[in-house]
Amino acid sequence: MKRPGLLTWLAAGLTALPGAAQAHLVNSGLGPFYDGALHLLLSPGDLLGLLALALLAGLRGPTAARAAVIALPVAWLLGGLVGLSLPVILELAWLSTLSFMLMGVLVAFDARLPPVIIASLAGVYGVLHGLLNGSTLANMGAGVGSLLGIVLTALVLVLLASAAVVPLQAFWARITVRVAGSWVVAVGMLMLGWLAQSEA
Amino acid sequence: MFELPTRQWSPVLTAALGMVVLLWPLAVWAHVESGQAGGFLSGLSHPVSGLDHVVAMIAVGLWGAQLGMPALWVLPVTFPMLMAFGGMLGLIGIPLPGVEIGIALSAVVLGALVAGQVRLPLAVAVMVVACFAVFHGHAHGTELEAGQNAMLYSLGFVIATGLLHGVGITIGFIQRWEPVAQILRGAGALVMAAGLYFLWGAAA
Repeated sequence: MKRPGLLTWLAAGLTALPGAAQAHLVNSGLGPFYDGALHLLLSPGDLLGLLALALLAGLRGPTAARAAVIALPVAWLLGGLVGLSLPVILELAWLSTLSFMLMGVLVAFDARLPPVIIASLAGVYGVLHGLLNGSTLANMGAGVGSLLGIVLTALVLVLLASAAVVPLQAFWARITVRVAGSWVVAVGMLMLGWLAQSEA
Repeated sequence: MFELPTRQWSPVLTAALGMVVLLWPLAVWAHVESGQAGGFLSGLSHPVSGLDHVVAMIAVGLWGAQLGMPALWVLPVTFPMLMAFGGMLGLIGIPLPGVEIGIALSAVVLGALVAGQVRLPLAVAVMVVACFAVFHGHAHGTELEAGQNAMLYSLGFVIATGLLHGVGITIGFIQRWEPVAQILRGAGALVMAAGLYFLWGAAA
């Protein structure tokens, strides 16, 4: 008999992670694609993370922004497809909060990261959320159409936000972006408190 | 000196406005967060509901404007983060003795610093603001009602705090016109007087 491989064990471990999927798709009345788009637009935690990522990429210039804009949706889509075909139930509230907090810290401190690191961060963030979205969609019987709605909405949001930040050269404008990053961190810290309180 | 805002603000403002509009609706949510109910407006109104918080946060902006760069933006960046840290301590039940006295003292000290136009080294100024921010955050954290939508409440709460700092900074710009610069110090004295009143109430 063939012994289970590493991937099988990994999948089994992910499946065994505790927690409940809380998301549900909003019915836009316009079909699964727009349901997915609306789902993302009405998820403030995801929006904050996307905003922080876009600000971070935008601050680092056009090369980093382009890398993030490419890496994020590709990773999100791949993660989503994996989640759709191998649904796992993940409790990602902590991880999601910590991930957008990390982005906020990097923005607030104007971390001078090379484009490859920005792209990697975008990729990890995309895979994480894609996996969550894909799993949630699979559990609800939704499919690739909704996932595409989510991914393309994420792409548009990051594209617009980073494109708004890239040309900013005035000192005050860049400080404003960093202040926004500090606000993201502050929201994250309060969220950690809320999460800890809810589990106590 | 620093540059004043240019037309590059418009995309940022547009994006910020768009985010606010996106986050405004309260009726439909894709995610149900843990520990929820109220929302963005509730969080937005919370920091401005208490005069002791308001005067201290405006004083941070005033003092930052007096100190100039880089304190002008470092202090308002520090305050929300440390305030949120204090809020987190409150939420997870870590007690902080003398919270109300600490809040009242923050108005007294910050008001005095503005009134005296005291110029401390940046690191010391950050520590002073950070210390008081924890008290303010702890009070807010323990005052958050059960059943609020955590994410939106937090977002509104942080934005309102930041905007109050912005009000202080904007008022603080008057010091650039020498004839009216004394008004700024007078505002500091008012904050200090208000702080003494709050301190009296907290100690009673």
